[in-house]
Amino acid sequence: MAEVRLAGFGWRHAGRRAWALRGVDLRIGAGERVLLLGPSGAGKSTLLAALAGLLPEDSGERAGTVEVDGLEPRKARERVGIVFQDPQTQLVMARAGDDVAFGLENRGVPAEEIWHRVDAALDLVGFPYGRARDTSALSGGEQQRLALAGALALRPGLLLLDEPTANLDPAGADLVRAALSRATGSGGTTMVLVEHRVAEALPLVDRVVVLEPGGGVRADGPPERVFAEHGDRLAAEGVWVPGRPLPRRPPSGTPGEVVLTTTGVGYTYPGAPAPALSDVDLELRSGEALAVLGPNGAGKSTLALLLGGLAAPTRGRVAALGEPRPPHRWPARALTARIGSVFQDPENQFVTARVADELALGPRRLGRPAAEVSAMVDELLARLRLEKLAGANPYTLSGGEARRLSVATALATAPRVIVLDEPTFGQDRRTWSELLHLLADLRDQGHALAVVTHDAPLVAALHARRSWTCGG
Amino acid sequence: MGDDRPEPGHGGQQDARIGGPLGQRNALAKVGAAVLFSAPLLATVDPVTPALGIAVELAVVPLFGVRYRTLARRAWPLLLSAVGVVTTLVLFAAERTGAVLVHLGPLAVTTGVLITALGLALRIVAVALPGVLVFATIDPTELADALTQHARAPHRFAIGALAAFRLVPLMGRRWQALTLARRARGIEAGRNPVAAVRLFASTAFALLVGAIRQGTRLAVAMDARGFDAGTPRTSARRSRFGGADVALLLAAALAGALALAVSVLLGTFRPLIG
Repeated sequence: MAEVRLAGFGWRHAGRRAWALRGVDLRIGAGERVLLLGPSGAGKSTLLAALAGLLPEDSGERAGTVEVDGLEPRKARERVGIVFQDPQTQLVMARAGDDVAFGLENRGVPAEEIWHRVDAALDLVGFPYGRARDTSALSGGEQQRLALAGALALRPGLLLLDEPTANLDPAGADLVRAALSRATGSGGTTMVLVEHRVAEALPLVDRVVVLEPGGGVRADGPPERVFAEHGDRLAAEGVWVPGRPLPRRPPSGTPGEVVLTTTGVGYTYPGAPAPALSDVDLELRSGEALAVLGPNGAGKSTLALLLGGLAAPTRGRVAALGEPRPPHRWPARALTARIGSVFQDPENQFVTARVADELALGPRRLGRPAAEVSAMVDELLARLRLEKLAGANPYTLSGGEARRLSVATALATAPRVIVLDEPTFGQDRRTWSELLHLLADLRDQGHALAVVTHDAPLVAALHARRSWTCGG
Repeated sequence: MGDDRPEPGHGGQQDARIGGPLGQRNALAKVGAAVLFSAPLLATVDPVTPALGIAVELAVVPLFGVRYRTLARRAWPLLLSAVGVVTTLVLFAAERTGAVLVHLGPLAVTTGVLITALGLALRIVAVALPGVLVFATIDPTELADALTQHARAPHRFAIGALAAFRLVPLMGRRWQALTLARRARGIEAGRNPVAAVRLFASTAFALLVGAIRQGTRLAVAMDARGFDAGTPRTSARRSRFGGADVALLLAAALAGALALAVSVLLGTFRPLIG
């Protein structure tokens, strides 16, 4: 068990004008389990990096002090374990057991002791396979549990978790939380968890600390008291404070004509033994939102590509907007004017170096007049709260900003059909609400929406028609 | 084999997918054998030495536990380049000695041209095939273990390369996602070659940006788990380099030299230099 002490701590990343974190005074006793909250940009990740000793002296400017067990964090690294958000870039080795062993090897643990500790750690996180399991064949939730095992095998006195479930589907996230609860429940480890899904995180913690953007600690104490005093403000800032009702947006009219149909559609990846998707019969009407639901690996993202005209079905037929040819045969320009696609990872979608250019790209390629394009860009920037970022590079945006921009780029050409793959994944409450209103507005204006999602509250709030897929 | 082999199931050399008495040898021994066997074949430009080399290589394929079909699948680019060499030389060789075999329009295909071309093509195959063969039986983790434990390669290099290697399939998936996203945005090269090059360059740039970000995140994660922190590192998997591995190295060197000797005895030897 480790103790944490910060006094007037601040950090400014090299090359930045603003302090990522400033004036933080905080003591965390041995064995305490803390949920660290704060609006986006409050410096939560920077604080974790500082505690993990991952801020080299030459990478920025420090103020005040930070100590783990009375030591400077870089000297206390053997006592600290950290798990990050992205499961794919935390695993080092090709086999599960080797990956857990990696940290033990680095710490110089004798070989004969390593495998007992590997097995114990895999067991603790409920890893369902043997040591030889290929790490690239694991689901995101399994990879994340493996990453947790890798951290736990080192028996850290302080365990840091930076949104460990944000990239996972609900079932995978539940299993990771169950593993965390087993690992930290005995009180043997001090834990600091960053997570904006508060309701799910609360059973794991006994104290909440809220960082104030711009400096200092806004609130600190038992969860009930912190949320009673600061809940409204936190909710407005985007934190998923439990027990707050979400907005609802039932449709204002009735659906119009059919704009897209699939008949017996199936898809088999080249070389795959079984189809990823088969026998999908769907109808999408203008002015309606269709939610495509189903478990992980049920081919939902594949279906999004087929609906979006980005992949050709290997069986069956997709037809849209009364065109004689299926969407995947349309030229890209025609496609972007008729069907917009929003991908799960917004960064894959960006092709220019400025936010405003990103929005102007589609309409420009369609040859729309310059005045019309700039009016459209200004309107979208305002509608999605991106005005101040018009000149910024899309790759430098925060998660929520990048998501809003990726939706906006698909809207710029005003396509009649919009296909979205997990648009609300990992978003804070504020961005979530904005996306809900945006999608509902589009639907009520007569656009047809197909939303692939795990987000049950979103489906409920939109009163979306549900369609289940269960794979091949 | 030693008695302190770790129990099966956690990888290392126990990975049962590779069989054959030679396939089970230490990864470093297999790479070394490939180099020792190929090196003498480089000394000559005649077709006999590499032909003998290829015969030996094909004969030991089953000993590595590799099926000929698997080898063919992995070696086809090699065969393609060999065919390319023959074609190029037949068309463009300046020196056209020997008896004329056939006239192809303005080209006289002579025995001299054909022998040189064949010699070169066989050489390419003979030198590269051992590499293709042994790498078909090598697990990257095993090679990294062997390199750090027997060749004293720095962990920073061997384990770092191994970790980077894991990101390669991710890049393939990302390339596809980037291409599809570009089509969704209305960007497509169609039949315009200039647009195709520009699209390729912009996609490659986006891929590179993503790869750097992923690499950075992975490096931080490795740092957090104490990689390269100055503590002497232990090895969870013990890589063994025993008598059989030494024997493989010796046999490979001997076989390569023997092919060369046969060629000298037959009088076909044509040294590369001199």
